[in-house]
Amino acid sequence: MRLPLLWIIPALPLAAVLLNLLLGDRLGKRGTALLACGSVIAAFGFALRAVLHLAGLPEAERHLIEFAWTWMRVGDFSADVSFLLDPLSAVMVLVVTGVGSLIHVYATGYMSHDPSFRRFFLYLNLFMFAMLTLVLADNYLLLFVGWEGVGLCSYLLIGFWYERPSAAEAGKKAFIVNRIGDFGFMLGAFMLVAATGSLNFDRVFAAAPHVFATGGAAITLTALLMFLGATGKSAQIPLFTWLPDAMEGPTPVSALIHAATMVTAGVYMLARSHVLFEMSPAAMEVVAVIGAATALMAATIGLAQNDIKRVLAYSTVSQLGYMFMACGVGAFGAGIFHVMTHAFFKALLFLGAGSVIHALSDEQDMRRMGGLAPKLPWTHATMLVATLAIAGVPLFSGFFSKDEILADAFASGHYGIWAVGIVGAALTAFYMTRLYVLTFCGAPRLTHEAEHHLHESPPSMIAPLVVLAVLSFIGGYVGMPFQEGGHAFARWLRPVMEAGEVVVPHHELSHGAEWALLAVSVVVALIGIGGALQAYLVVPGIATSLRERFGGLHRLLEHKYWVDEVYDAFVVRPFMAASQWLWRVWDSLVVDGLVNGVGYTLELGSGMLKLVQTGFVGTYALWIALGVIALVLHFTR
Amino acid sequence: MIPLSWLIGLSAIVFTIGVVGVLVRRNALVIFMSIELMLNAANLAFVAFASEMKSLDGQVFVFFVMTVAAAEVAIGLAIIVHLFRLRETVFVDEIHLLKG
Repeated sequence: MRLPLLWIIPALPLAAVLLNLLLGDRLGKRGTALLACGSVIAAFGFALRAVLHLAGLPEAERHLIEFAWTWMRVGDFSADVSFLLDPLSAVMVLVVTGVGSLIHVYATGYMSHDPSFRRFFLYLNLFMFAMLTLVLADNYLLLFVGWEGVGLCSYLLIGFWYERPSAAEAGKKAFIVNRIGDFGFMLGAFMLVAATGSLNFDRVFAAAPHVFATGGAAITLTALLMFLGATGKSAQIPLFTWLPDAMEGPTPVSALIHAATMVTAGVYMLARSHVLFEMSPAAMEVVAVIGAATALMAATIGLAQNDIKRVLAYSTVSQLGYMFMACGVGAFGAGIFHVMTHAFFKALLFLGAGSVIHALSDEQDMRRMGGLAPKLPWTHATMLVATLAIAGVPLFSGFFSKDEILADAFASGHYGIWAVGIVGAALTAFYMTRLYVLTFCGAPRLTHEAEHHLHESPPSMIAPLVVLAVLSFIGGYVGMPFQEGGHAFARWLRPVMEAGEVVVPHHELSHGAEWALLAVSVVVALIGIGGALQAYLVVPGIATSLRERFGGLHRLLEHKYWVDEVYDAFVVRPFMAASQWLWRVWDSLVVDGLVNGVGYTLELGSGMLKLVQTGFVGTYALWIALGVIALVLHFTR
Repeated sequence: MIPLSWLIGLSAIVFTIGVVGVLVRRNALVIFMSIELMLNAANLAFVAFASEMKSLDGQVFVFFVMTVAAAEVAIGLAIIVHLFRLRETVFVDEIHLLKG
C-alpha cells in the first residue's frame, strides 16, 4: 500500500449521511446510533492508519497528496478535489475524528430522549464530513467547501430545536456573522488567484515570495482578508458575538462544533497559510493584538455569566484568542498545540456541563446548582481534571500549551501581549474555579423538581468523559518544555512550519528566563484559583459585596460590554433600515415598476390592435380582397 | 373563333361577381356559391389560355380545380349544416364569437 487512502476519511461520514437519508426511520434508534458512531470511529481508524504511515516516512517526505479528480479547469486555473496529509493536517484530522468519535458516543446517551434523534446524527455526520474535507483539503477552494459546509451544519445544529425562537434566532445570527467573515476569506482567495494564478497550497506558497513584496500592501491586505474569515469562523473580535448565542444548540454540538473542532478552523487556516502571514509583519501584529484583546475581553465577560454553557462559551472565545495570539507572534506550532489540548479539555468541559444539565433536567443556571459533587461523582471528577487543565495548573495539558504561547509571546518581544495573556490566564483560572465551585461545591440550591430527578448520567456519556479526562491530563506531555531542538510536538510540525521563504527568527529564551515565565504563569493561575475559592467557597460574602461595590462594572460584564446592543444599534438597525428602503423604494417602485410597466404597455397596445378582430367573416374577406388588389397594383405598376 | 380577350373579360366579370358576392352577402350558402363562381372564372381563364396556346396543361389544371372544388364543397356544406344545427342560422354576420 503506497497511498494511505485519505479520501475514505471524509467519505465514511458522508456515506453514513446518505444511508441515514435512504433508510430513514427503518434504522431505528439503535441502528442510527450504530451507523453514526461507527462511521466516525471507522474514520478515526483510517485516519490513525494514515498518520502512522506518515510518521513512518522520513521527515522531508511527510507530505502526502492524494488526487481524487479535477473539479474544474478554466483557462490556466484549475481546482482539484485532492487531499493533503502532512503533520499539520495529521494533528487536525486525529483531533477531529478522535474527539468527534467520543462526542458521537456521548450524544447517543445525551440525545436518547429527543424525538429528532435521527436528524441530529444526520447533521452531526454531515458536519464530520465537512470538517474532514476542510482539514484534508490541499487547496483553498476545497478548504472553502469544507469551511462553508461546517458553517451550514453549525447553523442547522444551533437551530436544532427550531421550535424555540431563541434557537432559531441564534442559528441565523451564527450564519450571518459567519457570512461576513466568509466574504473576507473569499476576497483573500481572489487576491491569491489574481497574484499567483492558483489556489493550491503548494503552488501558492511557492509563488508567493515571487509575486508579493515582503511587507507590501498586497500581501498585508490578502492576509488581513483571510484573517477576517478566521475571525468569523473562530469567533474573534469583532465577529465573536455569535458563539455565545450558539449555546442554544444541544450540548454535544457545543462540545464538538463550538469548542473542539469547527471554531479552530480559523487557527488551522492561519497555521496552514503561515507562509503568507509571515510575509506581512503588519498583519501578524494585527492577529496578535486581536487575539490578545479577544482573550482578555471574553475572559472578563466569563467572570459575570451565570449560565454554565455561556461561561464555557466565553471561555472558548478567550482560549481561541490565545491561539491567535500564538499565531500573531509567529508561534503557529504553539497555536496548533493549544488547539489540540483545548479540544480535549474544552470538549470535556462541555460534555461534563451537558452531563450536569442532563442530570438536573435541563437546568443551566449555576445559581440553581451547587453541591453536586457527591451526586455526580464521575462527572465531578472529570470536570475537575478539565478545570485544572484549562486553569493552567502544572502537569495538566492546558498548562503546557498556554505556557508555550506566553513564553513565545515574551520571547518574540511582545511584552504587552504577554502581560495581557498573563492577566487573561488569571481570569481564566478565576472564572473556571467559580464555575466549578458554583456547580459542585457548597450547599445545593437546586429546584425541587431538579433534585427529584437528579441522577448520574448513563455509561455511554460517562465513558467519553473519562477518555477525555485522561487526554486532558496527558495531552500536554508531547509538548514538554526544556528540550533540545524543541519538544516532540514542535518537531512533528517542523516540516510544515519551516516551509516558506521568510522564516520568523526563532527566539530562544535562556532556561532561567523560561523557568521565571513558567513560575509567573503558575503563580497567576494559583492566584486566580485561590481568589475564586476564597470568594465563592470560603467566604461567600466577598463575591456579593464586590458585586455591590463595583455594580457598574459588574453590569458591564454581565451585559457583555453591550456589544450586541452596540452592533444592533450601529450595524443591524441601519442595515435593516437600508434594506427596508431598498425593498419599498428600489424593489417595489423601480424594479416592480419596470416589470409591470412592460406589461401595461403591451396590454395597451394589444387593446388597440384587438379592435381589428371583429369576428365578422365578411370583414376578413374584405381585408383579403383589398390585400390582393394592393398586391396586384403593386406588381403591375 | 371567339377572341381571347372576350373570354378573359368574361372570366374577369364572373370572378368580380364572385368576389362581390363573398363580400356583400350574409348567407353562408350564397357566399359558398360565390366562391364557386370565382373558381369557375379561373377555370374559364385556364381553358381560354390553353386553347390559345395549344397546350393541354391548362385543361389538366381545370380538372384538378374541379376535383378540389368538389371536395371543398363537400366539406364546406358539412360545416354549414353543422353550423346551422348549432346556431340555427346561416347568416355569417350573426356568427362573430371570435372577436377581440
